[in-house]
Amino acid sequence: MGYTPEMKELIKRVEATRAERVERTRRGEYFPAMTLDERAEVLGRFHPDYKEAGRRAVKVGPNKGDVYPEEFVEQLEAYPRIHPDRVDFGALPTSETDVLVIGGGGAGSSAALRAAENGCRVVLATKLRHGDANTVMAEGGIQGADQEVDSPYFHYLDVIGGGHFTNRPELVAALTHDAPLVMSWLESLGMMFDKEPDGRMRVRHGGGTSRKRMHSAGDMTGSEIMRVLRDEVRNRPDAIEVMEFSAAVELLKDAQGRACGALLYNLETEAYFVVRARAVVLATGGFGRLHVQGFATTNHYGATADGLVLGYRAGVSLDFMHSTQYHPTGAAFPEQNVGLLITEKVRGLGANLVNIDGEQFVFEREPRDVESAAIIRECVERARGVTTPVGRLGVWLDSPMIEELEGPGTVERELPAKFVQFMRYGIDIRKEPMLVYPTLHYQNGGLKITADAETSVPGLFAAGEVTGGVHGENRLMGNSLLDITVFGRRAGTNAAAYAQNLEDGPGEPALDHVRAFIADLEAGGVGRDRISPMLIPDYTTPEVRQRQLTAHYLGTLR
Amino acid sequence: MSAQPNEKVQVIASGDRTILPEGTRMIPVYIMGKKYLLPETLTIQKAIEYAGYQFIRACGCRGGICGACPTVWRVKGDYQLHFGLACQTVIEEEMVLAQLPFFPANKAVYDLEQLQATGEAIASLYPEVMKCVGCNTCTRACPMDIDVMEYINAAMRGDVARTARVSFDCIQCGLCSARCPAQIAHYHVAQLCRRLYGRYVLPRAEHLASRVDEIQAGKYDGFLEELTRMDEDQLRKLYVEREVEPLDSEGWEPGDKRYL
Repeated sequence: MGYTPEMKELIKRVEATRAERVERTRRGEYFPAMTLDERAEVLGRFHPDYKEAGRRAVKVGPNKGDVYPEEFVEQLEAYPRIHPDRVDFGALPTSETDVLVIGGGGAGSSAALRAAENGCRVVLATKLRHGDANTVMAEGGIQGADQEVDSPYFHYLDVIGGGHFTNRPELVAALTHDAPLVMSWLESLGMMFDKEPDGRMRVRHGGGTSRKRMHSAGDMTGSEIMRVLRDEVRNRPDAIEVMEFSAAVELLKDAQGRACGALLYNLETEAYFVVRARAVVLATGGFGRLHVQGFATTNHYGATADGLVLGYRAGVSLDFMHSTQYHPTGAAFPEQNVGLLITEKVRGLGANLVNIDGEQFVFEREPRDVESAAIIRECVERARGVTTPVGRLGVWLDSPMIEELEGPGTVERELPAKFVQFMRYGIDIRKEPMLVYPTLHYQNGGLKITADAETSVPGLFAAGEVTGGVHGENRLMGNSLLDITVFGRRAGTNAAAYAQNLEDGPGEPALDHVRAFIADLEAGGVGRDRISPMLIPDYTTPEVRQRQLTAHYLGTLR
Repeated sequence: MSAQPNEKVQVIASGDRTILPEGTRMIPVYIMGKKYLLPETLTIQKAIEYAGYQFIRACGCRGGICGACPTVWRVKGDYQLHFGLACQTVIEEEMVLAQLPFFPANKAVYDLEQLQATGEAIASLYPEVMKCVGCNTCTRACPMDIDVMEYINAAMRGDVARTARVSFDCIQCGLCSARCPAQIAHYHVAQLCRRLYGRYVLPRAEHLASRVDEIQAGKYDGFLEELTRMDEDQLRKLYVEREVEPLDSEGWEPGDKRYL
């Protein structure tokens, strides 16, 4: 348990430079920030988004020719789990509803609540449990301009500046306009926001904010939001039916090309069934578990890009899928913690990033993409990283500096979860640094939507991480929990209105769009062995797989 | 096989699959009574995967916050029952484990707007709370080290605020309710109290209510509309020139108040 003797030896080099680094920090002397040219250089050479290796053009579908990470392209260029010819709509068990919400995280739950409040019957179908989503893993907070010195105007500037001015403007306007409305909604649902004694929200800065607008509920803001939304959904059993372990594997469209339900798969009984609906909301989250370019991830087990595949096959374009957020500081040791998020707060409290020799090599508050690229450069090009016993790379995040700069007890008080998560493995981060390496954190891109959360397919709405454009090429901390609630609500409200205004009702469900997609795959020479949506990642070891002599894998599922 | 490292770029990243150090010791672990030899450094979750299982249940965030993987175990030769999260607990030699990915516990259906933050609300929705026998088994079962019995006792007294605060770290895994001889659904009681606390005990944020009024009156529509029409150069200029609230901002006011 704890660091190996070899690593402990290396930590002495970090300790040797610590006193001087603490002194420099006290004097307000920081490692020089990069110029814009230096940033461009390190990003171009080391950020995974900018590398040609591991990326290729997609051969089929609405974004044909666009270049994405290979792992994701392999999900797009893949055959359905079930061929449309094998789907007999007359024979499969079928239920009907007004609005079908696919995905049971924060966005899906928000959409279900709003659709129900607007008078619709709702089915919320989710692949795992209701609440199994990246939503619960968001620690830091949720942004909203509610203070007197702030306004949606400044929130807008922060969001679009943080996204390198690439974001879709109408989506940023919707996000920042609705933020206080969402705070108020969550407050009225009984969320335990961190507040001053008089009820004023306690707010902090986050990376790239010009005003303090980071709202929180301890260090488990996302978990608290999810608990409250899930509880509220379950207070409405007459309006909302929750179907767990029910993965959508295909969207259904009628003869007029309108979304009219989904083909679902019971992960436990392996039986397929159908939910027909007047409108559909896709809220299936992101793709971290594809381990793009081999990266470890902070994401939930279910983050396998399913909704992107379904939407793409149904004809919805992708926006910003070339862009992926790597969090600079994921744990690289111990092995049990690999990929685990080490919050930005650690650097905010004064911890330096240092190499194997205990030397600083980057300013600690560069944008996330630049910081990640600099760490990769230090390890890969300059070979000044530390190699773990199993061959992973990392640099030191010198957390003991926090105790020296901010006083004893600060680490336990400000970073309780991280303290425990390392102490469990015999590493006391008050006294020993953490080994870190960039980790796959967030899917910046996704399905293209309007400010009303509509996709290009009539009757199909989308919200949350499955969509793209809100954050452009870089998302600021605190805007993902906001994204899912703002656009989840908009999707639910607008799906309800659409469903109610659909005069003739949707026609008979069909999978002609899937047939057409299959034809494209065949024309593109895509191998038959590729299957999507993935649904569940596969962590079976190669040795066990070799011995599974009669196991049949369909994609990653057996 | 996207869950495996991509060989082309393996140089910069090494994936998520556990890599074993050379010479890792294999130790006996019993998964629901069946013996497997598993690498001693792994968490229960990764060890079960290493053995060859593919999770559908009992696996979620893999980071100790979602409550999907509560696990119980005894070590051979020891009578004591242990509790933990599979993703957060390292395997031990001779561990005999079972997972409890689901345990039935009924949630009361209620309309928050029709309730008050009182003991009556708790007692009417979850009368079984009053049957607590004070055995403290719930607390011993909690993988989050929450003093479960303490908040149940607070709920019995009608102390909504204390129940809310003490239960705040709850991940709703259900181990408490699985163990309770009085058949209490602790985590649902706690959820009710947290929502009552957030809705009725914590004072409302007045500044937020004012801002909501302003937004609904359309105060910012024009400002936002203006921003969405700007080209990148204009935005860049505004972004660079925007005033940044200092870290210590007691009494701070921006010079430019036109857009507030």
